[in-house]
Amino acid sequence: MRAFSYERAGSPQEAAAAAAAQEGAQFIAGGTNLLDLMKLEIETPSHLIDVNGLGLDTIEATAEGGLRIGALVRNTDLAADQRVRRDYGVLSRALVAGASGQLRNKATTGGNLLQRTRCPYFYDTNMACNKRAPGTGCAAQGGYSRQLAIIGGSEVCIATHPSDMAIAMRVLDAVVETVNAEGDTRAIPLADFHLLPGNTPHIETVLAPDEFITAVVLPRPLGGQHFYHKVRDRASYAFALVSVAAVIQPDGSGRIALGGVAPKPWRNEAAEAAMPNGARAVISRLLEGATPTEDNKFKVTLAERTLTAVLAEARG
Amino acid sequence: MRFDSPAEQNVSDRMKVLGQPLRRIDGPLKTTGMAPYAYERHGVAKDQLVGYPVGSAIAKGRIVSMDIDEAQASPGVVGIVTTLEMERLPKVDWNVAYLFGGREIQHYHQAIAVVVANSFEEARAAAALIRVEYEEDQDATYDLAAVRQERLSDDVEPIDNIGDFESAYASAEVTLDATYTTPGQCHAQMEPHATIAQWDGDHLTLWTSNQMIEWSRQALATTFDLPAENFRLDSPYIGGGFGVKLFLRADAVMAALAARKVGRAVKLALPRPMSANNTTHRGLTIQRIRIGASQEGKITAIGHDNATNTLPGGDGENGARATRRFYAGENRLLINRALEIHLPESNAMRAPGETAGLMALEIAMDEMAEKLGMDPVEFRIINDTQVDPSHPERQFSERHFIECLQRGAEVFNWASRNKAPGSRREGAWLIGHGVAGAYRDAPAETSGARVSVRPDGSIRVETDMTDIGTGSYTIIAQTAAEMMGVSLEVVNVDLGDSRHPVSAGSGGQWGAASSTAGVYAACLALRKKIAERLAVDPEALEFSEGYVRYNDQQTALSELASAGSITAEDSIEFGDFRSEEYQLATFGAHFVEVAVHATTGEIRVRRMLAVCDAGRILNPMTARSQVIGAMTMGVGAALMESLAVDTRHGFFVNHDLAGYEVPVHADIPEQQVIFLEGEDPYSTPLKAKGVGELGICGVSAAVANAVYNATGARVRDYPITLDKFLDRLPEIA
Ligand SMILES: Cc1cc2nc3c(=O)[nH]c(=O)nc-3n(C[C@H](O)[C@H](O)[C@H](O)COP(=O)(O)OP(=O)(O)OC[C@H]3O[C@@H](n4cnc5c(N)ncnc54)[C@H](O)[C@@H]3O)c2cc1C
Ligand code: SF4
Repeated sequence: MRAFSYERAGSPQEAAAAAAAQEGAQFIAGGTNLLDLMKLEIETPSHLIDVNGLGLDTIEATAEGGLRIGALVRNTDLAADQRVRRDYGVLSRALVAGASGQLRNKATTGGNLLQRTRCPYFYDTNMACNKRAPGTGCAAQGGYSRQLAIIGGSEVCIATHPSDMAIAMRVLDAVVETVNAEGDTRAIPLADFHLLPGNTPHIETVLAPDEFITAVVLPRPLGGQHFYHKVRDRASYAFALVSVAAVIQPDGSGRIALGGVAPKPWRNEAAEAAMPNGARAVISRLLEGATPTEDNKFKVTLAERTLTAVLAEARG
Repeated sequence: MRFDSPAEQNVSDRMKVLGQPLRRIDGPLKTTGMAPYAYERHGVAKDQLVGYPVGSAIAKGRIVSMDIDEAQASPGVVGIVTTLEMERLPKVDWNVAYLFGGREIQHYHQAIAVVVANSFEEARAAAALIRVEYEEDQDATYDLAAVRQERLSDDVEPIDNIGDFESAYASAEVTLDATYTTPGQCHAQMEPHATIAQWDGDHLTLWTSNQMIEWSRQALATTFDLPAENFRLDSPYIGGGFGVKLFLRADAVMAALAARKVGRAVKLALPRPMSANNTTHRGLTIQRIRIGASQEGKITAIGHDNATNTLPGGDGENGARATRRFYAGENRLLINRALEIHLPESNAMRAPGETAGLMALEIAMDEMAEKLGMDPVEFRIINDTQVDPSHPERQFSERHFIECLQRGAEVFNWASRNKAPGSRREGAWLIGHGVAGAYRDAPAETSGARVSVRPDGSIRVETDMTDIGTGSYTIIAQTAAEMMGVSLEVVNVDLGDSRHPVSAGSGGQWGAASSTAGVYAACLALRKKIAERLAVDPEALEFSEGYVRYNDQQTALSELASAGSITAEDSIEFGDFRSEEYQLATFGAHFVEVAVHATTGEIRVRRMLAVCDAGRILNPMTARSQVIGAMTMGVGAALMESLAVDTRHGFFVNHDLAGYEVPVHADIPEQQVIFLEGEDPYSTPLKAKGVGELGICGVSAAVANAVYNATGARVRDYPITLDKFLDRLPEIA
């Protein structure tokens, strides 16, 4: 871990201003991802802006009938909130399927969206990795790629985004709210928030360096049945091979997003039109153009099968 | 004391304290965080500095140059030791890879430098500043399957070549020819390798975490070219080992080198991401098994051809090992191909050889039973043997494998199992049942102890035996309490210190049997000494409730020792009869029920039962803990554990506990363990054998067989992850 300077921000805008003031500055929230990466010198911030004292830890009803989730609401608290459990079950289920109790107690809503990939080569600084060290190459391709993306990646990077929470939020059409050093705010639909790697896998979101997440807004509840089916090699405490977040309506229509398959939560509204035709039809549209590796081509079948299991459960 | 003939009735047979399900005496220390582990022993040496290691970034080749200037100038740095400062340090044969010194790189994350600083953070930050230029060997090979393919026609001296396997196999009525693979496995013990080192002139003390104190003392003597007497190791608490701490390792060598260089005590732990590639692993295997049998199910031919990876000089994971002795069959051809592959060092991990071997053999037995249309329990029973098939002149001292199977079948309700693969369904889940046999040798090694009666009437036991979480403290205390007629509370046990008598150490499942026998010998010596003091025949003495009773008289132990402790020391040595006339081994049967999601292939183990035949059980509670821990490890090996090899760069990619998955609580259901009543007088005076390695043997195959039984999809390539059978699950709409 490199030495760094540290400050506590007094307000969201001050936090953003502090980030603008110094190159290499980063916010630290729960620290459950950032500190691990700093210990391995995968992240080397020169300055940390601690945002834990900012409040932003409440969940409030919006005028539109949805919820505004403060960026510092912990994953545990979000999953346990009565309104979330009642109206946004997919989110609550996705959260508790992630990490462990201890980690969820620390992990924040903002930090979770910005957690970085779990590609094993990203984690080994002896290995070439375009995401960690742009231009060095991608050791994962041609190597051990069982966990990595089957769609949305590029020749430069095939890492997945590991968040469970984000998959559920994508199904719910969540919107990310931010503020920058000037105090300008914007609302970014989650669909547009994460970027595909293209030639710049180190740039993962549309956020500007000084842009600070203040909240995530959920629109009005969708009703329907909520599912989060996360498939992995052990029963708990592992990242998804494939996960399916779904909200299914009584008439068989619904929304689905996939985790574990792409650099961002993978959803395609057009594919959802095929819901009445069953899982295979939906997945074949959703994963159209997939370019899996030998190691991870099973994920296509697994996605189909996991959605099948979810639909069967929805039928009861 | 020599153990030259089977044990007769003796004091240990009282079984007042021995054989009781007593809680671990070190339990409260551990659960309250008071047991000091190596890295936390802040008080043992003053002014400790912290070392942080650097591992090689290549798997094979040499270092061209190292630039340490920036690291040297980094805040808090006191000194740096690099591998280029010295010739390659000598090693003993137990270690396969060299530990430090010289330019040559033998494996990824080989230790090449250690940075010493005032704090951990400073040492780690500086270590990242060392720049190394390498020259990589282009001819290195990292792909076991490819090398095996090339070298299948090599002439290899078989381990056993009995009868005429090829003809017997060719003429057998029912045959199986299948190839199984097991991946490299990581010990993944909770406590990393850690050492505090301090020199005093040319004498070195290491507070460390090590299973075999004397082996490591000898290894230090070789490595540092000093007499063994110059080294003291102290390792009272060990947070798991499973074989990865059997030998001297780089943590100790680097701490010692660093401490010498800076002239102060240095502590060092191997960071988790380094441990998989820097230390050892269970080697990968590819095992071809051929079995021929008569229509009635009698095995006539058994062939086991194992290929495994090793660096030069090692054996790898010899999968054919258990096949030597487990099942009858007159014609046998067993081969181990230890192939030179430039991955890190493969070496012992819990039940080395047997674990990977039985992962394969016990699926093969299941496949054979199916071909024969027999109950797999029955098939195993038919092929039981009371003599060692590899040396038919030798009897098994005690072998109750059939009882294990029968008792297990009854308790598990095997009769109501799913009989046709893929046919039992509960909602979304397919239900399956599997059985497998377990076999593990029961070796014993010379083991010594020193026992004292102290003025307060308490008993102290000192031995360099280790407790790696197994329960050694407790069974040693029980042995002394039994022998000296005192309660467990007044026995004080001090372990893991090289100043104590040399013990068998913890390895090869010999620890419990050997070390308690050593304590037995020392207690007999102490009883004799007391008898001499009292001028009575030792046979006439009775020790009970803290008193010595003889000829209607009694004296409290505290009174006897009022003028000062009475101490005796002895060691047990095991006569050749134990291995020449008999084969000593432990046996077991595992029964498993799994549920497999019919659509997604997710696997959930639902129930597990182990029935063990392991001689006298010294403490059913600690023995059970050993077995359920091993069953858990067996579930890991069956379903998830796998070191992912990068065959281009020659290293294990998933080298941390996020990437190398072991079972979590949610993976482990109801576990039941039954120990058959019994004792093995051929084993030790206490008639005991080990269980710690037996517990893992066969477990994974029982899980694998249950998955097959649930789904009808046979997977011969561990771990059994869903991607390997997804396309064989019931069709989806
Ligand atoms: C062992 C382990 C297992 C895990 N398993 C799972 C799992 O199964 N599923 C899963 O989804 N996750 C898993 N996680 C990841 C975990 O969910 C994330 O680490 C956590 O959500 C990150 O939140 P944090 O608040 O700790 O972020 P931090 O580590 O504090 O920050 C992460 C990043 O976000 C930035 N950041 C934080 N807050 C803001 C903000 N308000 N505005 C702008 N930038 C911000 C930081 O600068 C940093 O770059 C696991 C983590 C670990 C360590
Ligand atoms: S897939 Fe992406 S994160 Fe992984 S090694 Fe390649 S560039 Fe790096």
